[in-house]
Amino acid sequence: MTAPILSIRRLSAASKLEDAQPILRRVSLDLAPGETLGLVGESGAGKSTIAKALLGVLPRTVRITHGEILFEGRDLMITPRRETRAIFGDAIALVPQDPMTALNPGRRIEAQLTDGLRLRRGMNARAAHKRALELLAEVRIADPERVLRAYPHQLSGGMRQRVLIAAAFALEPKIIVADEPTTALDVTVQKQILRLIRQMQEAHRTAVIFVTHDLGVVAQICDRVTLLFAGAVIESGPTADILSTPRHPYTRALIAAGPRYDRPEAGLKPVPEALVAELRLEVEGVGG
Amino acid sequence: MVQDLFVASDVQVAYGGKRLLNGERVGGVKVLYGVDLRIGRGETVGIVGESGSGKTTLGRALMRLIDIDAGRIVFDGRDITQLLESQMRPLRRRMQIIFQDPMTSLNPRHTVRRILVEPLLFHRVARDHADAERRVRGFFDRVGLPLACLDRTPHELSGGQRQRVGIARAALLEPDFVLADEIVSGLDVSTQAQALNLLKTLTRDLGLAMAFISHDLSVIRAVCDRVYVMKAGLVVEEGRCEDVFAAPKSRYTRLLIDAIPLPEIDPGWLDRDVAPETD
Repeated sequence: MTAPILSIRRLSAASKLEDAQPILRRVSLDLAPGETLGLVGESGAGKSTIAKALLGVLPRTVRITHGEILFEGRDLMITPRRETRAIFGDAIALVPQDPMTALNPGRRIEAQLTDGLRLRRGMNARAAHKRALELLAEVRIADPERVLRAYPHQLSGGMRQRVLIAAAFALEPKIIVADEPTTALDVTVQKQILRLIRQMQEAHRTAVIFVTHDLGVVAQICDRVTLLFAGAVIESGPTADILSTPRHPYTRALIAAGPRYDRPEAGLKPVPEALVAELRLEVEGVGG
Repeated sequence: MVQDLFVASDVQVAYGGKRLLNGERVGGVKVLYGVDLRIGRGETVGIVGESGSGKTTLGRALMRLIDIDAGRIVFDGRDITQLLESQMRPLRRRMQIIFQDPMTSLNPRHTVRRILVEPLLFHRVARDHADAERRVRGFFDRVGLPLACLDRTPHELSGGQRQRVGIARAALLEPDFVLADEIVSGLDVSTQAQALNLLKTLTRDLGLAMAFISHDLSVIRAVCDRVYVMKAGLVVEEGRCEDVFAAPKSRYTRLLIDAIPLPEIDPGWLDRDVAPETD
């Protein structure tokens, strides 16, 4: 394996509220250049917290208690703010979950798509406009001039997600954090967007951290997977191995819980409560 | 052959525009272009489609929550298309809804007890408060809720528990029919599996008919006997789940099924498209 572009080392986080609830428990993971890593888990597993930490947008109520996030060998947790400006939202960019709320409803697409180019790359309006057109063409938007003039509400959900993907790639990031980017979309649109993310990533050699709860999506787009439960890594490895020969009982249980149209008798087995209780004990032993 | 409970024929609905005195609509957007649907007693029927297909509108039209522009809706042998709300009221108990988001459909200031007891008294299913309370408690075990939840408010429950309260509220009224509109879309897979299993057991044990609206074909396959596939205000395919999934007749159904990613490696899936219409 080549040197990872991103390496999270024993990262722990806790709530700043009175309960001081642990949110991440010694999470470690590596991301190779150009690779897609799936971050999977149920709600409360900590996948979004990791995504937010990578983008420098952790809520005020969360405190990193331990560990490091090494981006190209540099620990982002101790890098001064003025230097992380070139990393958060720039070298590491976001494709957000909900294309409805991620765009400002009162600004035209052009303004929103060129913000980064103008503010961070110093482009003038004309150069930024040209680049925005190229980006929209690249995400296969047929009529880029019209879309640039449009307001978000004039576009469909799939179109908006394409715009957001274009915006994420605008600054040529090294890593894209895709936070459930297809959860709000119809299945046929989801497939197109997954395909687009794969194509963009291959063309730009970008690494992707794909946050999702859908093991089906993981199977189709991720090279490797890290499965989380209550802030701790449960299992991690190549997607093919995890899905075909899961080692951990929780992984097996999650696979068995999802309904399957091709094998209706196989799915709908809830994760046993005894297993969840056992896991909680195990995970709490890991500590904060 | 199961006896019909709901029969909808040529249902048309439009939103917006103006209504003339003769009932004709001018302008507006047509949402249902003439839909036929049949739900038998005790049968679970799936209504699947993408956003904008009209599936939610169809569900609401069935229950007379919105007025239809044309067509006919028959419930248990009685034409309810033109009934006044006052005439509908006695039928309301017999058709219940489970909503998508229990956080917005359960009153946040009421305790679970009040949420469940009040409809029983309103619809006179229970004789008095004590009877209602007894029924609610008796039902709790069945839906897998701890009795301690009775005195809590909705926000003190987990997402799965809230959804159970929503299911209990509908089922306690001993309806003939429930409409479940995207009720598991926001839940984790394990919680989703629990809620779906509960629905399957309840509909079977109580002989409930259900219209299960979802955008998720895998979920439909897991709980429904028959399925209607909708697209742009029309039913494009209808049939028993086994048949439709094994050999979808419409290209659109094939497209929908093929777009579901399965949790196993399928190297060609991402780049594969459904073959164009052959016939």
